[in-house]
Amino acid sequence: MFDELRDLYQEVIFDHNRNPRNFRVMEDATRRVEGHNPLCGDRLTLYVKLDGDTISDASFQGEGCAISTASVSLMTEIIKGKSVAETEELFDLFHQITTGQSVELNLEALGKLAVLAGVRDYPARVKCATLAWHTLDAALHNRQTAVSTED
Amino acid sequence: MSNFPVMQIRADFPILADKIRDRPLVYLDNAASCQKPQVVIDTLTHVYAHEYANIHRGVHTLSMRATERFEAAREIARGFLNAESVKEIIFVRGATEAINLVAQSYARPLLQPGDEILITAMEHHANIVPWQMVCQQTGAALKVAPMNLQGELILEAFYPLLTPKVKLLALSHMSNALGTINPVKPLIAAAHALNIPVLVDGAQAAPHLAVDVQDLDCEFYVFSGHKVYGPSGVGVLYGKQAWLEAMPPYQGGGDMIRKVSFSGTEYAGLPHKFEAGTPAIAEVIGLGAAIQYVQGVGLAAIAAHEADLLAYATELARGIPELRIIGEAAHKGGILSFTLHKIHPHDIGTLLDNLGIAVRAGHHCAMPVMEFFCVPATARASFAMYNTHQEVDYLMNGVKSLIKVFA
Repeated sequence: MFDELRDLYQEVIFDHNRNPRNFRVMEDATRRVEGHNPLCGDRLTLYVKLDGDTISDASFQGEGCAISTASVSLMTEIIKGKSVAETEELFDLFHQITTGQSVELNLEALGKLAVLAGVRDYPARVKCATLAWHTLDAALHNRQTAVSTED
Repeated sequence: MSNFPVMQIRADFPILADKIRDRPLVYLDNAASCQKPQVVIDTLTHVYAHEYANIHRGVHTLSMRATERFEAAREIARGFLNAESVKEIIFVRGATEAINLVAQSYARPLLQPGDEILITAMEHHANIVPWQMVCQQTGAALKVAPMNLQGELILEAFYPLLTPKVKLLALSHMSNALGTINPVKPLIAAAHALNIPVLVDGAQAAPHLAVDVQDLDCEFYVFSGHKVYGPSGVGVLYGKQAWLEAMPPYQGGGDMIRKVSFSGTEYAGLPHKFEAGTPAIAEVIGLGAAIQYVQGVGLAAIAAHEADLLAYATELARGIPELRIIGEAAHKGGILSFTLHKIHPHDIGTLLDNLGIAVRAGHHCAMPVMEFFCVPATARASFAMYNTHQEVDYLMNGVKSLIKVFA
């Protein structure tokens, strides 16, 4: 059962859904932004600590589906220690791959995030995977207003 | 089990023989829209192949033929609601447009600051937003009658809200998110005791319950064609003749006039006054065929079959400890809204889809209902006349399997 879904729901996704990483409030965050998908009710608060141009820490709180929870959990892991420019590059690549605009070759550059590439075959679920990144984008550009997938 | 001819009915719906992701389609999203029987599909094809022209204007044969079929559908819709006259049947795009029509044409010219529109806590957005808009336009206030945790109206709280300030009561006959069937008849009588007119949103009820607008005595009743097995893009506004007569037209254009000059226009009589422009001709005729199909099966038999399916599904659902049913009204239609512990409804929807099962996952255009039950969304299985006990088994086995996958 559910065999065809293994591309979308890989074991890594279940793992991050059960045990989200960096799932905590960050008291000394330099940026804090809310992300919301009103269509499915996903809600997250993203905390980022910027040390000059480097993301020294990232965490989140909130609730969402397995795809969105795994996406934000993986994201907080992967962006730690990266510069803003590096993160933006990664966002670009992630966006291209999840929306099906890019080719397989780039999967390697995505590293762990590649497990989310399966959403490209499920148009209704793409926003679940990208909400975290749009929220991060707002945080990095210091846009304090809540991010919505429907704006 | 009853002798309801469900297999014979299924054979009338070609899409039910299709496969989804290599599995037989189990269509349980009927509260969003119903599938179409062959007779409706054939009617649309036949109209376009042999009977199509614009209506109410041509002297040529085809125009007269199309007009005749169109007006015959109005008579069928009249009979479906047991309205007194075909003048009381206005074809619109759907229940949503019907409510907007009443908000703008009845309520807007009348409302003053201090007036109120009363709705309930379980309304679909279509029976909330048009009233918010008209309240904003006029300075009137929107009041909301509360419900309890079973998803039933709290009558002791409802009656005190009915005051002379209320200029219209608008409530759903059956809730799309919860399945609750409201006791509309006594509520209408209570509103009438204070001369308050009532609009009943029948979008969910019309496919599942026999409706008699003269017995209910409501001023307005609305429903959508696509939910009664008919085409999309067409629906019905029923209004008592005297009320419709007193209301100004909603839109101006062709077909709704008697005489036009640059110094002024004389409007057509009912029902054409509210039907500006070329309507959805083939769809209206298709709706007539859909209603006749439903009447052929019989609403009493349909309601009994669906009640049976709901009772069976509810019993199985109660046996799944991780499952929480949202909406447990004593009087309910065939809707099972639920959540699963630690599994988001969108994940439920995607995993069930993989098994060929179509359910709705989301807020069901009833965000205030989700907020009331403190859930971001629910998964919803909604039943129609063509669903079977076997499909309910399949759904519940699917739910159990996906719980295991997530554990």
